[in-house]
Amino acid sequence: MLQQILFYAFSALVIAAGAMVITVRNPVYAALSLVVAFFGSAGLWMMLEAEFLAITLVLVYVGAVMVLFLFVVMMLDINIAVLREGFARYVPVAVVFAVLMMVSITLVVGPRHFGLEFVAAPPPADPDYNNTQALGRALFSQYLLPFEAAAVVLLVAIIAAIALTLRHTRQTKAPKPERQVQVQRNDRLRIVKMDAEKNT
Amino acid sequence: MISLAHYLIVGAALFCLSVAGIFINRKNVIVLLMCIELMLLAVNLNFIAFSHFNQDVAGQVFVFFILTVAAAESAIGLAILVVLFRNRASINVEDIGTMRG
Repeated sequence: MLQQILFYAFSALVIAAGAMVITVRNPVYAALSLVVAFFGSAGLWMMLEAEFLAITLVLVYVGAVMVLFLFVVMMLDINIAVLREGFARYVPVAVVFAVLMMVSITLVVGPRHFGLEFVAAPPPADPDYNNTQALGRALFSQYLLPFEAAAVVLLVAIIAAIALTLRHTRQTKAPKPERQVQVQRNDRLRIVKMDAEKNT
Repeated sequence: MISLAHYLIVGAALFCLSVAGIFINRKNVIVLLMCIELMLLAVNLNFIAFSHFNQDVAGQVFVFFILTVAAAESAIGLAILVVLFRNRASINVEDIGTMRG
């Protein structure tokens, strides 16, 4: 019973937050609603005994990606009125399309094919079952190569993001290391020889 | 009891919402990126639901990789957005048609 209450509460939270994301005027509110949607999904994942991923979702998504989104939204000075042009015009098309899609997906994945009588609910995990350990075991043995590839993807993303946003202006005051290391003694230092003078 | 179909329908609803969001916010690149994040979230929910009901941890491994790729995608997407705004002073999709033949 408690499980059902939690499930419907989290689902309602996720769907309401998702609806807010796509309809609110201000992109800052959209980003904050997306944070709420992530929290609700983390709750659902927790109910599905995927504890590690639920925590990762909150830490990585809410903690890093959404902060990045908020940062960019607040940094750009956007004219919302222009971007909202034609909003009402596309709503009917979007609603029709979404309802059609929802109906067709529900026909496929609905209770007629994936109900409890077809896919039985698994027994609750043992008290000493460790989701993080199980995931780590799979990740570092069977999926080691994809794991390394994911690391390379992240590295490429870091380099690409820096290379894209770096400003190439002549006005920077940063020293040039390649010229610094080539400096010889004679470029900087002049030894002056002069006779000592007698104090009169 | 909550069946697999319940989770799949929540995922489907989230996915349809984000598709509708792409339709109605088709001028605002930031909201488009957020809709893509929502779509990936819906897909991840499906993966985890199947993983739980089939008692197979491979689905969770896939979600792990999807999270990685989605983080990389949003970082690069936002970087492109910042460069675009710097050059055009606008993030309207209609203003980005210069490569159109």
